[in-house]
Amino acid sequence: MDKSSNLIPAVRFENVSRHFGEVKAVDDVSLEIHDGEFFSMLGPSGSGKTTCLRLIAGFEQPNLGSIFLHGARVNELPPYARDVNTVFQDYALFPHMSVEENVGYGLMVKKVAKAERTRRVQETLELVRLPQMAKRKPSQLSGGQRQRIALARALVNRPRVLLLDEPLGALDLKLRQEMQIELKEIQKQVGITFVFVTHDQEEALTMSDRIAVFNAGRVEQIGAPAEIYEHPQTAFVAGFVGTSNLVHSQVAQKLTGSNETFSIRPEKIRMVEPGTQVQNGWTALDGAVREVVYLGMLTRYIVAIEGGGELTVVRQNLDETSMDVLRARGKRVQLTWQRTFDRVLDQA
Amino acid sequence: MQTRKQSPQSFATRAPLELKILVAGVLLFLYCPFGIILLYAFTTEETAFTFPPPGLTLDWFGVALFKRPDIWGPLTLSVQVALVATFIALVLGSLIALAVSRAKFFGREAITFLVILPIALPGIITGIALRSAIGLFGIDFSFWTIIVGHATFCVVVVYNNVVARLRRTAKSQMEASADLGAHSFQTFRYIILPAIATALVAGGMLAFALSFDEVIVTTFTAGQQTTLPIWILGQLTRPRQRPVTNIVALFVIAITFIPIVIAQRLTQDTNE
Repeated sequence: MDKSSNLIPAVRFENVSRHFGEVKAVDDVSLEIHDGEFFSMLGPSGSGKTTCLRLIAGFEQPNLGSIFLHGARVNELPPYARDVNTVFQDYALFPHMSVEENVGYGLMVKKVAKAERTRRVQETLELVRLPQMAKRKPSQLSGGQRQRIALARALVNRPRVLLLDEPLGALDLKLRQEMQIELKEIQKQVGITFVFVTHDQEEALTMSDRIAVFNAGRVEQIGAPAEIYEHPQTAFVAGFVGTSNLVHSQVAQKLTGSNETFSIRPEKIRMVEPGTQVQNGWTALDGAVREVVYLGMLTRYIVAIEGGGELTVVRQNLDETSMDVLRARGKRVQLTWQRTFDRVLDQA
Repeated sequence: MQTRKQSPQSFATRAPLELKILVAGVLLFLYCPFGIILLYAFTTEETAFTFPPPGLTLDWFGVALFKRPDIWGPLTLSVQVALVATFIALVLGSLIALAVSRAKFFGREAITFLVILPIALPGIITGIALRSAIGLFGIDFSFWTIIVGHATFCVVVVYNNVVARLRRTAKSQMEASADLGAHSFQTFRYIILPAIATALVAGGMLAFALSFDEVIVTTFTAGQQTTLPIWILGQLTRPRQRPVTNIVALFVIAITFIPIVIAQRLTQDTNE
């Protein structure tokens, strides 16, 4: 019994489309989100990821296709009847209610007894580590605290699926990185399926069990973070998740004997003296450093390739100072990488 | 350099002297008549007003309160009309505002336009249109015909206030409420109503003030009934006890001024 319920996906999209007039916000999307996983929807703004989240929550209805929550079709089910809760991008805390009333709202409207309500609110406030804030008004909280309260308000109902719409977008970098780790810990602790929408690829890579990369209303690729990063299937995924060099036609032909476009990550490329002998299974290209961007921990080199095109190379500043790396501008170099690291992409 | 230290704010807040004089002049022009009404409520002259008044007295308050029973009928009628018109405006105005701001439906723009129109339309047009309609359907003039006339523009005031507030209230709050399991009615009661409460009070008070001193539309829909503003208008042609009219006017100013001040305070408060 337990086994079989685990096999039923928490969320399933079957050829779902949502159109706004001429705009295909979500265009024939099919996907499955496993029970208990941390699933990220990653994509640029306007790629349809937020609309997908709103379709799960019930704020939008699909024009075509079916949406299933734990095996049951929910297309026509209103938001209040779905066993999912949302953490909104703007938090959407109720300004006229205290923190306690905000967090207890879901229990209050479902007529949970007062004593039980108080206990669960306190418990959830402890989970987000803000137990002392119960009596405050949202306007008296910092951005990070509001974010936690919004999380608590959604978690207190013990939904089977928690939807998070870019919840960390408004926080500064330090706080965001802290919250990324904390969110992941909370997710493990409560064991709820998290569906997390973000445009920040690093955030998605950090927290997710699996990622769906969205582009123009469609899913480009679904996979574990390492899989998405190491084996991008399309040019879009290669470019959006991390940075990638795309090697086209002529240069590709020269290197691989085929004119199919392939991608290679900047950190996989080594920059050596021209004419250096390369090992078996490695490829080599001559070029000249056109631009050097010093990034503190790393340096980014833009190398013009003989025969056309440019490749970006990233190197950790292990032995060089900023003065050293900046002197590399104009220098002739040889680029080399293991052939196993380049990826032939699907033609879009 | 000296000018560098000057912040943009100090530049923006300092108005030249000419502008200050102009503003003072405009305000004086607007509020002087009130001062004159106030002054001649205390004059000892009974028939014609001269400046300066020959003497000041409080006697007219006594006369207005105890010796002029003809004031009370119009006063009660005006208060009753204003209360009922305001109530109707609160219900209809907020319902229309909710419908227009929450849903997209066929004819939405047209409804918005038709609701706002009565406040832009000259009162004389509204009045004559209503009178024709009342005559056409053979309805007798009554308390209710006055109320219908007043409701046309009172609804707008409430509608405008509520629509503006709903526009400032994040839509995500209502979605959050539904998401947390609240039915439409619960969302209305716990989220929407508190959000628009002050807008309702403000709109209601403005509506009350508008209705209370309305003359033009009332003239066409009242028949033989006399509301307070119509009574005041009638007093202008009478030669005796003229300061009593001023005292009633003062009362009207008070009863409309105070709600408007409160209404303004309420709509100003931050929504955070």
